[in-house]
Amino acid sequence: MLGFGGGGRGGYARPGTTAVPDGVGKVVGVRVLAAMSGGVDSAVAAARAAEAGHDVTGVHLALARNPQTYRTGARGCCTLEDSRDARRAADVLGIPFYVWDMAERFQADVVDDFVAEYAAGRTPNPCLRCNEKIKFAAVLDRAVALGFDAVVTGHHARLGADGLLRRSVDLAKDQSYVLGVLTREQLSRSMFPLGDSTKTQVRAEATRRGLAVADKPDSHDICFVADGDTRGFLAQRLGAAPGDVVDGDTGEVVGRHTGAYAYTVGQRRGLHLDRPAPDGRPRYVLSITPKTNTVTVGPAEALAVSQVQARRPVWIGGPRPADPVECEVQLRAHGDVVPATVAVTGDGLRAELHQPVRGVAAGQAIVAYRPDPAGDIVLGSATIAA
Amino acid sequence: MAYLDHAATTPMLDVALEAYVATAREVGNASALHGAGRQARRRVEESRERVAAALGARPAEVIFTGGGTESDNLAVKGIFWARRSADRRRTRVVSSAVEHHAVLDAVDWLAAQEEAEVSWLPVDALGRVSPQQLRAELAAAADQVAVITTMWASNEVGTVQPVAELAAVAAEHGVPLHTDAIQAVGQVAVDFAASGVSALTVTGHKLGGPAGVGALVLARDVAVTPLLHGGGQERDVRSGTLDTAGIVAFAVALETAVRHQQEYAARVAALRDDLVTRVRQAVPEAVLNGDPDDRLPGNAHFSFPGCAGDALLLLLDAQGIACSTGSACSAGVAQPSHVLLAMGADSARAGSSLRFTLGHTSTPEEVDALIAALPEAVDRARRAGSLSASR
Repeated sequence: MLGFGGGGRGGYARPGTTAVPDGVGKVVGVRVLAAMSGGVDSAVAAARAAEAGHDVTGVHLALARNPQTYRTGARGCCTLEDSRDARRAADVLGIPFYVWDMAERFQADVVDDFVAEYAAGRTPNPCLRCNEKIKFAAVLDRAVALGFDAVVTGHHARLGADGLLRRSVDLAKDQSYVLGVLTREQLSRSMFPLGDSTKTQVRAEATRRGLAVADKPDSHDICFVADGDTRGFLAQRLGAAPGDVVDGDTGEVVGRHTGAYAYTVGQRRGLHLDRPAPDGRPRYVLSITPKTNTVTVGPAEALAVSQVQARRPVWIGGPRPADPVECEVQLRAHGDVVPATVAVTGDGLRAELHQPVRGVAAGQAIVAYRPDPAGDIVLGSATIAA
Repeated sequence: MAYLDHAATTPMLDVALEAYVATAREVGNASALHGAGRQARRRVEESRERVAAALGARPAEVIFTGGGTESDNLAVKGIFWARRSADRRRTRVVSSAVEHHAVLDAVDWLAAQEEAEVSWLPVDALGRVSPQQLRAELAAAADQVAVITTMWASNEVGTVQPVAELAAVAAEHGVPLHTDAIQAVGQVAVDFAASGVSALTVTGHKLGGPAGVGALVLARDVAVTPLLHGGGQERDVRSGTLDTAGIVAFAVALETAVRHQQEYAARVAALRDDLVTRVRQAVPEAVLNGDPDDRLPGNAHFSFPGCAGDALLLLLDAQGIACSTGSACSAGVAQPSHVLLAMGADSARAGSSLRFTLGHTSTPEEVDALIAALPEAVDRARRAGSLSASR
């Protein structure tokens, strides 16, 4: 693996190739493409790759046809300002820098997919989809064809010489969840140099290296939803589709909605209910049924889920398990981690949760981890079906 | 390093650099009335005479500007505004489909903001504008045309236009024709008076002078409305304190480039022909774009089928070879070339293009370096290209 983790920041080895020591124990001469968003993480990741002796080229991905339409300021990763920040970081590092136009692919594989998933009553994670389809697919494939050995990103996760993907040492910033969808093949050509550092350390290092993005705020929310109003973004694309809000217990119509796609399982606010529940307690979205354009609501305890079915599993922590595995699962980004038994079922998997979880939404990923003192190891992932 | 991007900018000539530094050490606003001011003014006026003499114009016809884009904007918008003010029926602009963005976008702006009606003259497969097309256009409604603007030579594919013939057609109808000659001056023979054009754009940094200074050569009988208002410099057409050092260096560079144009063109064209021959040997599928005969001496513009131009550029850049995709960038992303599309290329061919341009510092070793690196770059870019095409 082309990782920085595991054996620490010196242990680089490539599968199937002979490592070339530079005389002081480092392995040099790997050509890597650094995906530079304009943020502090990817800038420091590129810097570390260059310092490790790799031949680094920086690339900023232009994901919007019209960059002004995406988030402005320091919050996104697709604005003209972000592009300039990335370019300036590359200047400081003394590496070549280019902008790659990925707008068409991003629109098709991430934005259109995002809208279609909501229309189908599911809750997609576009960052995860971008990793799966853009950064570690379209970009990685192009990089390899052009002669690069790997893509380096500023994700907070550890990828060791053992090829295992682990959580970052900074659990608050850990991004192993949104990388859990990557295949072993994709990971074998990836580098995550930040996994052994906390965000605070990364920022301090950026300052030390003279990178102007050292204090740039973290990006949040969805980069292509310009004003952060996901519901408005979906309404604009899917149009109004009024339907009933139904009580899960009684089947009674308790309200009207203007589009079922605007709701997410577990959502409490903005339900526009005509009347309070008889018991006066808050109600939550339990499910969305696109076929009947119905949003079903109920009390908090009805949200609790003890079993999860998922499809399209990817096993990266080892071979596809023949027997049920005791592990921990995470069901959404920054979500709770619960112990579970995960079993393979045909072309999917089933997870028996040892403690119920609320707000499990179809379309999100279930990522299975094996607890480990050196960082919890990602065993695999799948897309939650029900 | 092999620098094969002289059409983007070319190194300053030593004489121009020396003239710049010497002049920049002197104080004096060319508009001031004291001795220092008169000295600066003298340098500007001497430079004006040099530029005029080198371009076959009169000194009074030379308006110094902040470069090519400003000159193009001044000519296109300024002549349009002045002619429409004189006669409200003159609301049309005639231009060609292969102009540089400095003209293209100025014309588009007139259409969007001033309700100008625009006729875009088509080009043939070699990128040539046809005088017959212009004649047909003017025959329809010459009295409504405010200005014609069509370039002398293409910055992308290097095609040299029949400017004198176009100007003759314009003159038959009494319509002023502006030409963007930025790529032409110093490369081919350019004579303002003999060409018959009414206005001509030239800039410093494409001919061995500094960037940020240029001129619009404007016939005395053509009225123009200023873009910049202020102190009334440059016949009240272009206000702004004159950049004395820049103007002096620009004039020296222009004079030198024009004086050596013939021998320069012969030497550079021979080097370019060698480059073209060897690119074709190395990559037999490569297609040379533009007019094979009437073209700028330093320009070689190819399409490499199956490759993305930006991928080729990256790979050659990594080998120390500087070239260009030739088309305009938006936020660092190369857009499909409107020039190649106008010449009938599909977007795949337009996107597979690379421009190599030679200049006064070019050497055979630079061509050797390109030929050494090109086959592998094309091979890799093609692999990357087939990848994106298959998805």
